[in-house]
Amino acid sequence: MRRFADLYSALDASSGTQARVDALVAYFSGVDAADGAWALHVLLGKQGKRLITGRRLRQICLEESPLPEWLFDDCYAHVGDSAETITLLWAQVGAGASQPLQHSLQHWMEQLLPAAAALEGSEQAEAVRQLWRGLSRSELLVANKLLTGGLRVGVAQGLVVRALARLSGLEEAQLQHRLMGGFKPGAAALTALLAPANGAEAVPSHPYPFYLASPLEQQPAGPASDWQAEWKFDGIRGQLIRRANEVFLWSRGEELIGAAFPELLAAAGCLANGSVLDGEILVWPPGSDQPAPFAQLQRRLGRKAPGRKLLAECPAAFVAYDLLELGGDDLRQAPLSQRRAALEELLQELSETTPTPAAGLLRLSPLLPLTAWEQLEPLRQQAASAAAEGLMLKGLASPYLAGRKRGHWWKHKRDPYTLDAVLLYAQAGSGRRANLFTDYTFGLWDGEGQLVSFAKAYSGLDDAEITALDRWIRSHTSERFGPVRAVQPLQVFELAFEGLQRSSRHKSGIAVRFPRIARWRQDKPAAEADSLASALALLATQP
Amino acid sequence: MPLPTGSLLEHTPQGLYCRAAAAWIDPVGPVPRALITHAHADHARPGCGEYWAVGASEAILRQRLGATINLIPVDYGAAHRIGEARVSFHSAGHVLGSAQIRLEAGGESWLVSGDYKRCADPSCSPFEPVQADVFITEATFGLPIYRWQSGAEVAGEILSWWQGAPERPSILFAYAFGKAQRLLAELAAIGVGEPGQPGAEGNEILLHGAVEALMPAYREAGVRLPPTLPVSAIAKGESLAGRLVIAPPSAHRSVWMKRFKLPQAAFVSGWMAVRGARRRRGYERGFVMSDHADWPGLIQSVQQSCARQVYVTHGNSDGLARYLSEVEGISAEPLAG
Repeated sequence: MRRFADLYSALDASSGTQARVDALVAYFSGVDAADGAWALHVLLGKQGKRLITGRRLRQICLEESPLPEWLFDDCYAHVGDSAETITLLWAQVGAGASQPLQHSLQHWMEQLLPAAAALEGSEQAEAVRQLWRGLSRSELLVANKLLTGGLRVGVAQGLVVRALARLSGLEEAQLQHRLMGGFKPGAAALTALLAPANGAEAVPSHPYPFYLASPLEQQPAGPASDWQAEWKFDGIRGQLIRRANEVFLWSRGEELIGAAFPELLAAAGCLANGSVLDGEILVWPPGSDQPAPFAQLQRRLGRKAPGRKLLAECPAAFVAYDLLELGGDDLRQAPLSQRRAALEELLQELSETTPTPAAGLLRLSPLLPLTAWEQLEPLRQQAASAAAEGLMLKGLASPYLAGRKRGHWWKHKRDPYTLDAVLLYAQAGSGRRANLFTDYTFGLWDGEGQLVSFAKAYSGLDDAEITALDRWIRSHTSERFGPVRAVQPLQVFELAFEGLQRSSRHKSGIAVRFPRIARWRQDKPAAEADSLASALALLATQP
Repeated sequence: MPLPTGSLLEHTPQGLYCRAAAAWIDPVGPVPRALITHAHADHARPGCGEYWAVGASEAILRQRLGATINLIPVDYGAAHRIGEARVSFHSAGHVLGSAQIRLEAGGESWLVSGDYKRCADPSCSPFEPVQADVFITEATFGLPIYRWQSGAEVAGEILSWWQGAPERPSILFAYAFGKAQRLLAELAAIGVGEPGQPGAEGNEILLHGAVEALMPAYREAGVRLPPTLPVSAIAKGESLAGRLVIAPPSAHRSVWMKRFKLPQAAFVSGWMAVRGARRRRGYERGFVMSDHADWPGLIQSVQQSCARQVYVTHGNSDGLARYLSEVEGISAEPLAG
């Protein structure tokens, strides 16, 4: 535990990539395999389950202390992190330290923390306090974060993989592949992960690491004829695997989501073994020439077994854009032009040999006409009318790489929608934005000269603007509701967003997709901000 | 809330005013007579007709406000009659020459804490508990998440941070007056600067000009300090690897830092207790050392004042006042202005 807490502190204190990789290498090179496996599990952000809620920990900390609940709230608003607040307060209220606990990370993860979580009432409170008493402050913070399942180290998976690659001598891509489909903490699993490469290590369910596109910043190199253009649909990325007479559907978040999409599993069942497709999962009504909005897809996500009604209302389709494996052969090093040709052939053949409705749910992502760069911008302008978020540009010669590697694949989104809205409420952020008002709620004018809450946005301002706005909020607060401040409705912001949906859950009747701040309109008086009517008009023009 | 009318102290646009003494305490602008708690720039401002302050702060006040100011130096604990009031200055333990100011007139006594701290500091005299009917306390760190370690513990952490990077310069950012000298004194107290120890002659701790300017006053006051040199005394091009440097926070990421190759940087402040505060300021490392009272220090001082009424100002004044009245049963109000 000591070593892991030190690693956490080292990662927390270093800002450079190199320093972080060095800290990871130093940790993993000397660590016991079982501890290392748990550390990796946590670093990869896979410690999903919360053992004890932050609220319960806070209760345990405050019991037997003179500190009232409201003071905890004040502290939390200042610190912006529940586990850290408890750690700092425990130093204040905790009865003297007992014998330091010196257990391995494995023992903490497998015994001590689950045991404390399994208890109830005063027994649990005493057990947790007993653990707290035996820990140094840095260990205490890590233990609390492990208990509440919220240990985010701020290290991307790519960095961890880079460190493990350096340590093991394996290729990063190979490690990525071995990590796909989950890593169960255990000494044997870590040893297997870092074992030298050998030929036969395919597990039928294992997906390939996804290759991710980067936002287009300038016109790509070479003539337009070296590139292929497709719509960028607003669904979820999926990898459909047909191997060993089974079918697996993975999301980009490396979760098996087949259960939520039984019709896609049935569709893939029509493919020959040893086929792996990369594509987009969408809700696509039969006969329609475009997919349904994302909100429809959202109704399908997370449903273990969707009912017949939902399946009928929100029918899914898989729009394939790449072929990663055919006949059991890994095609990823072949150029995209070849993979695409093979994909077209595969789906053509399927429609001829198996012309069933099930097989018809595997659709081919259409190629858009792009022979000269002048065509790019007009195409992008048409994205909204095709119910797409924008364009994808892929180099015809590109291999299928792992992770976000720039140069071969670009995403080129259409311009967001915008509305000018008035700042109504502000709340302090968390983490490095603790004690700064950074969570904003904005309103639009209704027909009666009242402002109605419309959207929340947290991002888009730079540090200087955040500081200036924070100062403004503090001196223009009109009312306080706990941590939330109502402010005088004077400041106008241009909000950018991806779309609008009707919603009965929102006061304005509208749900906003991906709202963020585009600009602080200090030039604009609040009276000139947009109205709910203009938002509704925009909603009506959306596909 | 404002002070009740007719009180010994009242609010004016220039700050807290005592009618009986015809004097302002730490006025924000020029007034005929100023009683100064300490020489930090937000408490001692130029242009007043007459300054009353503790003798130990005289050199720094003259340096900052002008050599020719009309300053009446006083000793800790000595009572003075100013106008109708009896006024005394008592050690606040904040920085060299810092004071709490006690005023008494018409059968009522008030104590204004100024800035203060309760933990030991080898660079200034310790806080003196004083009783009064009404106590005005600061609350810069008025949340129970703040609880300080001793200066010696923090100095130990700093020493191992510094010694752990012999190939890089180590820059500590700290307020130039008070914190920087306390750091030096805390380091001296654990042996830094003695022959054969880190920071000895030939490997002196280096100071930014703003810190250097305050050193004569501390050396004259007899504070035990390690040997130091201004950074400017080191020849251009000479390696600064392994040297400890102390600079004010304003120098962080300024052109001044160009001089140092691959420095490790840390900020020394009570605010560093919270990770978010450190990350927001962009420091890799923070050392938690403050010249203000922590939560237990604030509560203890309020209790020891035996005041029947407490006013809380600066920082989390609402929260501390509410805690004092709800939990400790002491009549307390946040003080506006």
